[in-house]
Amino acid sequence: MTGVRLTVNGSTHEADVEDRTLLVHFIRENLRLTGTHIGCDTSQCGACVVLLDGRAVKSCTMFAAQASGSEIVTIEGVAKDGQLHPVQEAFREHHGLQCGFCTPGMILTAIDMIRRKPQLDRQTIREELEGNLCRCTGYHNIVNAIEAAARTMAEAA
Amino acid sequence: MIPYPFTYHRPNSLAEAEALLARLPDAKLLAGGHSLIPAMKLRLASPAALIDISRIADLSFIRRAGDTISIGAAVRHFEVADSEMVHKAIAALASLVEEIGDPAVRHMGTVGGSVANNDPAADYPAAVLALGATIRTNQRSISADDFFTGMFSTALEDTEILTAVDFPIPKRAGYVKFANPASRYAMVGVFVAETAGGVRVAITGAAPCVFRSSEMETALAQSFAPDAVASIAIRPEGMNSDIHGSAEYRAHLVTVLAKRAVAVALRSSGGPHG
Ligand SMILES: Cc1cc2nc3c(=O)[nH]c(=O)nc-3n(C[C@H](O)[C@H](O)[C@H](O)COP(=O)(O)OP(=O)(O)OC[C@H]3O[C@@H](n4cnc5c(N)ncnc54)[C@H](O)[C@@H]3O)c2cc1C
Ligand code: FES
Ligand code: FES
Repeated sequence: MTGVRLTVNGSTHEADVEDRTLLVHFIRENLRLTGTHIGCDTSQCGACVVLLDGRAVKSCTMFAAQASGSEIVTIEGVAKDGQLHPVQEAFREHHGLQCGFCTPGMILTAIDMIRRKPQLDRQTIREELEGNLCRCTGYHNIVNAIEAAARTMAEAA
Repeated sequence: MIPYPFTYHRPNSLAEAEALLARLPDAKLLAGGHSLIPAMKLRLASPAALIDISRIADLSFIRRAGDTISIGAAVRHFEVADSEMVHKAIAALASLVEEIGDPAVRHMGTVGGSVANNDPAADYPAAVLALGATIRTNQRSISADDFFTGMFSTALEDTEILTAVDFPIPKRAGYVKFANPASRYAMVGVFVAETAGGVRVAITGAAPCVFRSSEMETALAQSFAPDAVASIAIRPEGMNSDIHGSAEYRAHLVTVLAKRAVAVALRSSGGPHG
């Protein structure tokens, strides 16, 4: 067992976990934050993406112990005071989801993408989505949503 | 997809990491974890202990000394891609790193892990070999030509820790990969560099281990132009053949990508004075 200390969506959690506990399992099973999904066994789908110290990472490819000491944001921590995040709002507005399975990872990837590259064009958005698979939408409306969110956020800044 | 049990250790210094590696039986170093953890989840790897070196400050630097860019083993892919120093000095290296996997992979994966792992389809080994880099470890320095010894194998001993890679700044260089559309690893990648020691061409993805093409190097030494390699056919014997592509297909790609890599090198402004 190993002691981990993680700040998740602003609150700090301390726990003793098995050393082999993956971060995604810690988030889902210990913290019961089930918005972070598991969609593959090969680190390729991005359904499990969370922000680790502000950066998009695949929580299925990291042990909770590795993340100890860091700050994590999951999809549950994105809306503030009942207000959807501009990226969430844009996914809703532009029909950027169908079944919604990929959506938490898509939204956190988009937030990270807009932070790094505020001036996003459509080609860049598609390249940046390399690590996120969607089985439903064909990506078109996801790209529309991210493009719109980047614009809204640039105007608000 | 849960790995076999192991114990996790996070040393604060290289000395602590060395001591753990010497003391713990069947231990493995953990850097970005983006090769090792997928393998552990599939239970293809089952180390008894993991020694996490990713937060050791002494392994995390990018610096330039004269005509060499030195990158610490724990430097993550995104840090190399974001480094203005690397872009200016070795643009081909920066663009290679920008195309590894996806953003989340680049936020975790490290140069030390990539080079030590020597995946036949990985990108970094092509840069290390073509640029004639020097691999630094806690025990010695190893030249790129002696480092990559076969599929997933290197000259590193079990108790050896890769600490940095020193990349000599080339006169010009270019890297082009044909990425596997699913994994983004190289189906084939060709890195061409005009270095102080002559022209070097390294090929990854095509064979079980990164290798140089002396035929292409000789041709490019005479004339550094895409046409110089256009008629050099690489023999498919010994090339990888799998569901993604046959040996013949990969051999063909080598010539195509070598031409393109030379064109990229000719366009690049990177160099000691660039
Ligand atoms: C979805 C996905 C896509 C990817 N696409 C690409 C791609 O397009 N191109 C590409 O090149 N790679 C790709 N990768 C691999 C990625 O770049 C890995 O991060 C990298 O190969 C390994 O680096 P790491 O830091 O994660 O190493 P780890 O997984 O932590 O370690 C790998 C191995 O190296 C050893 N090791 C680590 N550090 C050291 C050290 N300092 N000294 C000695 N031994 C050490 C470990 O013990 C282990 O055996 C991809 C990975 C994923 C999951
Ligand atoms: S569950 Fe993490 S990448 Fe698929
Ligand atoms: S909306 Fe169903 S997987 Fe993307």
